[in-house]
Amino acid sequence: MNYIYDLHRTMMSQKLILVYDGDFTQETTKSILAMAERNLDSSGEESGIKRKVFNVMVEALQNIVKHSSEQGLTAGSLVSKSAIFMISKDDKKYCIMTGNPIPKGSVAKLTHNLDDLNSKDKEGLKEMYKEIIKNTQISEKGGAGLGFVDMARKSGEKLEFTFHNMDAEYDFFCLKVNISREKE
Amino acid sequence: MEILNLKGTEDTPTILLDKKNGIFEISGRSLPEDSAEFYKPVIEWINAYGAEANPTTEFAFKLEYFNTASSKLILDVLSALEEIKGMKVIWYFHDDDEDMEEAGQEFSELVEIPFEFKTY
Repeated sequence: MNYIYDLHRTMMSQKLILVYDGDFTQETTKSILAMAERNLDSSGEESGIKRKVFNVMVEALQNIVKHSSEQGLTAGSLVSKSAIFMISKDDKKYCIMTGNPIPKGSVAKLTHNLDDLNSKDKEGLKEMYKEIIKNTQISEKGGAGLGFVDMARKSGEKLEFTFHNMDAEYDFFCLKVNISREKE
Repeated sequence: MEILNLKGTEDTPTILLDKKNGIFEISGRSLPEDSAEFYKPVIEWINAYGAEANPTTEFAFKLEYFNTASSKLILDVLSALEEIKGMKVIWYFHDDDEDMEEAGQEFSELVEIPFEFKTY
């Protein structure tokens, strides 16, 4: 049972205020948002920062919801199709972090898109947002293709991401979005 | 014309479209799971209103928060409003919410409708 204490210590040392691992639906999204919101309210966080955290959380969670439905992993596989969502908070910033399996075939395109986003400044991201919103149609999964752009704009920092090998078909995509608590 | 009255929830906005009393307002939070489905009756109502619109219309957006999937549909709503003569958009934002103010400015650059910005 050592892992109980280990997990607890990890959460403390990483300053995690909320961790959810499992299946993601719109209902879990709403529950997680409500919990995080109560946490932000009770800590008396400044409203502008609170809104940015909420904003990035929604996009990150809805990204997972949209993309988790497309996975059909074989029964008995050690590789779970479930995803993870967490928030950490220290004196300087909030970090919103997600991890979810994605098909290996999607890794190159996603890497390209995120690298492209990270190469843009504030104005570049704004132009990108307007370009996409003018030309996009809502996908079958309900996405507008704007989630990452919006997260980058609200964060004001580069989106950090990595991929980990899971099995022959899937990589685990980890994303970290920082929201500074310091005044600009 | 029938009134469209949708009560807001934790993930959908309050919508009141009332031709007779001249009230046209979308307010609250918008992060529905299926934004296209949610806004469909709104856009249909606006298109029907366009055929028999009041001489002038002030359409208020008083949103606290919307997700990116909703932002695409808000642009679709604005595009439907753009077709109607005498249209004006009142874009409300909390006085400390720069992101919401900027979002309104960006929408105003994407459609040919006069925008008025107000804080609440």
